[in-house]
Amino acid sequence: MKFKQSLSLLAAAAFSVSAMAWEPSGRVECIAPADPGGGWDFTCRSVGNVMEELGMVPGSVQTTNMAGAGGGVAFAHTVSKRNDDSKLLVAASTATTTRLAQQQFPGMNAGMVKWVGALGADYGIIAVSQDSDYENLNDLMDAVKADPRSVKFAGGSANGGWDHLKVLIAAKAAGAGSLPSIPYLSYNNGGEAMTQVIGGHVDAFTGDISEATGFIDSGDLRVLAVLAEERLPGKFGNIPTAREQGIEALGPNWRGFYMPTNADPEAKEYWVNAIDELYASDEWKAVMARNGLIPFHPPADEFEAFVTQQVDDIETLSREIGLLR
Amino acid sequence: METLQFLMEGFAVALTPTNLLLALCGAFLGTLIGALPGLGPANGVAILIPLAFTLGLPPESAMILLTSVYAGAMYGGRISSILLNIPGDEPAMMTCLDGYPMAKNGKAAEALAVSAIASFIGGLIGTIGLILLAPILARFALTFGPAEYFALFVLAFATLGGITGKNPMKTVVAATLGIMISTVGIDISTGTQRYTFGVLELYEGIDFILAIVGLFAISELLLFIEERAGKGRALIQVGKLKLSMKDIYSILPTTFRGGILGFVAGVLPGAGASLGSFIAYTLEKKALGKKGRFGEGDMRGVAAPEAGNNGASSGALVPMLTLGVPGSGTTAVLLAMLISLNITPGPLMFTQNADIVWGVIAALLIGNLLLLVLNIPMIGVFVKVLSVPPMYLLPMVTMIAFVGIYSISHSTFDLYFMVAFGVAGYILRKLEMPLVPIILGMLLGPEMEKNLGHAMIISDGNWGILWGTPLAVGLWLVAGLGLILPYLIGPILRHRMRNAIKEDAVSD
Repeated sequence: MKFKQSLSLLAAAAFSVSAMAWEPSGRVECIAPADPGGGWDFTCRSVGNVMEELGMVPGSVQTTNMAGAGGGVAFAHTVSKRNDDSKLLVAASTATTTRLAQQQFPGMNAGMVKWVGALGADYGIIAVSQDSDYENLNDLMDAVKADPRSVKFAGGSANGGWDHLKVLIAAKAAGAGSLPSIPYLSYNNGGEAMTQVIGGHVDAFTGDISEATGFIDSGDLRVLAVLAEERLPGKFGNIPTAREQGIEALGPNWRGFYMPTNADPEAKEYWVNAIDELYASDEWKAVMARNGLIPFHPPADEFEAFVTQQVDDIETLSREIGLLR
Repeated sequence: METLQFLMEGFAVALTPTNLLLALCGAFLGTLIGALPGLGPANGVAILIPLAFTLGLPPESAMILLTSVYAGAMYGGRISSILLNIPGDEPAMMTCLDGYPMAKNGKAAEALAVSAIASFIGGLIGTIGLILLAPILARFALTFGPAEYFALFVLAFATLGGITGKNPMKTVVAATLGIMISTVGIDISTGTQRYTFGVLELYEGIDFILAIVGLFAISELLLFIEERAGKGRALIQVGKLKLSMKDIYSILPTTFRGGILGFVAGVLPGAGASLGSFIAYTLEKKALGKKGRFGEGDMRGVAAPEAGNNGASSGALVPMLTLGVPGSGTTAVLLAMLISLNITPGPLMFTQNADIVWGVIAALLIGNLLLLVLNIPMIGVFVKVLSVPPMYLLPMVTMIAFVGIYSISHSTFDLYFMVAFGVAGYILRKLEMPLVPIILGMLLGPEMEKNLGHAMIISDGNWGILWGTPLAVGLWLVAGLGLILPYLIGPILRHRMRNAIKEDAVSD
C-alpha cells in the first residue's frame, strides 16, 4: 500500500509537469456503454464529478449513454468514428475485457484502444447456502477434483461470462482437471442465482461481493472465499481469501476507462496521470466508501500490461472450456 | 404481524407527496384509458410505460404509477359498458349485460355508482388477499427449482388461451411469434449469439418494452388513422344519482362473493380478470335463481362482475410478484417493466426490494380509495372524455411513446424498431391475432428454455427430474387441465355467454 501511495505521489508530481504541455479545453465526454443506472454509468458520472471538483477539466464532463452488445456498440463507435478524439473517455470493466477476449465484438480487439487506468474493483466470491456441508473453499474444490460434475455452480452471467470464469479460475488454481465438465447454470442476474442456491437447488454461487451483501447480512449465504489479494476492508474483513486457503485465484471486476488510440500522445499521458491523481484524492476515497468499491489500482504504467494479461488469461480459459475454437 | 409492519413501511413509501400524486394521476389516467373502448388495461399500462421513463422516475414511483393505471383501467372499463354497451376492455364484457339495460331504464347514474362501489369492494378484497397470500407464497417459492419452474411455465402457456380465448390456434401462433422474437441475442446457456447477423444492436436481444409500446401504442395510432374515427360517440344521458343506503346494502353479499371468486381466478396464471368477472356473474346468477332479474338491469348483475374483475386484477399480481410468472396480460406488461428497472420479481423481491413490493401494495389500497372518490362525484368528467374525439388523444400518446423510448437508451435504432413493431402490431390486429400472447411468449419463452436447460444440467440429462417432486407433478396436472378444459368447457361457456348477450338484446 505504501509503495502504491508513493508511486501515485510520483505520478502526481509527473502530472504537474506534463500538465503544462496539454490540457483539455471545451467539453470532455465520457461514454457509458450501457443504459443509465448501471456500473458503467456510475463510473462515468462519479469520476466526472470528482474531476470537476479537483479542477482537472475546464467545464463539466458530459456522460453519454451508448448501450448495446455489452459495450460493443460504444467500442465500435470509439474505434471507427472517434479514433483521434483527445477528450473522450469510455467506461470499462472486466466485462469489457471478457467480451474482447472471447471475440464478442466482431473484428475488434483490446489493442485498438488506449487503456487509461482503473479506479477500484468489486471482487469475486464463491459462496454456499448457510446449511451447506462445504465449510471452506478446499472442501468444495476437493469435491470438484474428485468428481467435476458433483458441484453445480450458479451465477448471474451467461455461459463463459465473468461469473462462470471465476469458477474456472478457482478450479484451475486448485488443480482440478476437466474444467469443461464443471456444471455452470447461468441466470439473468446474481439475485436469481442466489435464490436457487439458498433454496438448495444448486450447490454454490459465483458472483461479486457487492451483489451478495444483502444475503451475507441476513445469514442465508456463507462466503467460502473472496478472490482478492488480501482480505477486504470493513465489514467483509472476516471473509477468508482464496489465497490464504492455498488457492491462488484472483477475480477482480475492476472499473476504469479506455480512450481512442490515435489521440494526441500528450493527451493520453494527461488522462493516465489524471486518473492516478484522482484515485489518490480524498474526494474519490469518499466516493468509493459510499458505493462499496474496493481499492484496486494497478500503477499507471502497468495498467495496459494488466489488461493485456487479463485478456490473454480469459482467452486461454475460454479455449479450454471450448467456448472459443 | 411482520406483514403489518412491512405494510406500514409500504405506506411510508406510497404516502410521500410525489408518490401520492403519481397514484392519483395513474388512477385518473387509468380510468380514462379503461373507459375508451378498445384500449384495455394492458394497452393502458403499455402506453404509459414511456411516460415513467420520460419523467425519470425511481423504480418504486414508476411501479406505483403503473399499478394505479392498472387498477384505474379496471374501474374505467365499466363506463363504456354501461353507457355504450361496448365493453372498454374484455373483463368489462359481463358488465354490459345488466349495466346497459339499467342505463336504458334511466338508471345510468345508479349503475355507474353501484359498479364503482362494487369495484372498490372487489379491489379491496383482492388487495387484502394479495397481502395475506403473497408473503406466504414468496417463502414457498424458494422450493421452486428448475424442474418446478419449467412445469410452471408450461402451465402458464397451457392456460394462456384461457377460457374466454376465441381462437386457440391464433393464441398458439401469437405465443410462438413471441418466443421466436425472444431467441434473438445472446443465449445465456451457451454464451453464443443467435439470429444477430453481426448487427451489434441485436446482441443483447430485443427489448420487451420496445415491443410492447410498438405493438400496443403505435398500432393503435395506425388503426385510428385508418378508421379516421374523428367523431365522438352518442351517449346515454346520465341523470341525477338516486341511490339509497338500502340499495347499497342489497348489493353487498353479491359484491363480497364476486370479489373473492375474482381473486381466486386472478391468482391462476394465465386465466386473469376476464375469467374473474365471468365466474362472478354466472355463479351469482345461479345462486340467486328466480330472485334476481339478471339481464334486465339488476343492480347485482352490475355489482358481481365488477367486484370479480377488480378482485382478479389484484389476484393476478400474486404469481407475478412471488414467482415472476404473470397471471394476466397486464401483469405481463408490469413484469416487463420490473425487469427493465433491473428488479427481479420472485421470492427475493420481498426481501431485497421490500420497499417496492410493499409500496406498490400500499399504493393499490390508496389507489382504490382514490378511485372510489374519483368515480362517484367526478363520473361526469369521465363521461365527457368518452365523447372527446380520439384525434386529440392519440397524437399525445404517440408523442409520449417516442420521447419515452428515446429517453431509455438514446438510440434511434430503438425508435425504428418500435415503429416496425407498430406496423407488425397493426397487421396482426387486422388478422385478429391476439397481441398479449406475443408479449407472454417473449417473457416466458426464454425462462422456460433456461429452466429446462438447468434441470437437465442438474440431473445430468435425466428427464425424470421434470416430474421428480410432488410439487412438479401437481403443476403438470394443473397444466394438463388448463390445456384440456377450454376445449371441453370453453365452447359451452362461450355458447352461454353469447346466449346471455342475445337474450339481452331480445329483451330490449
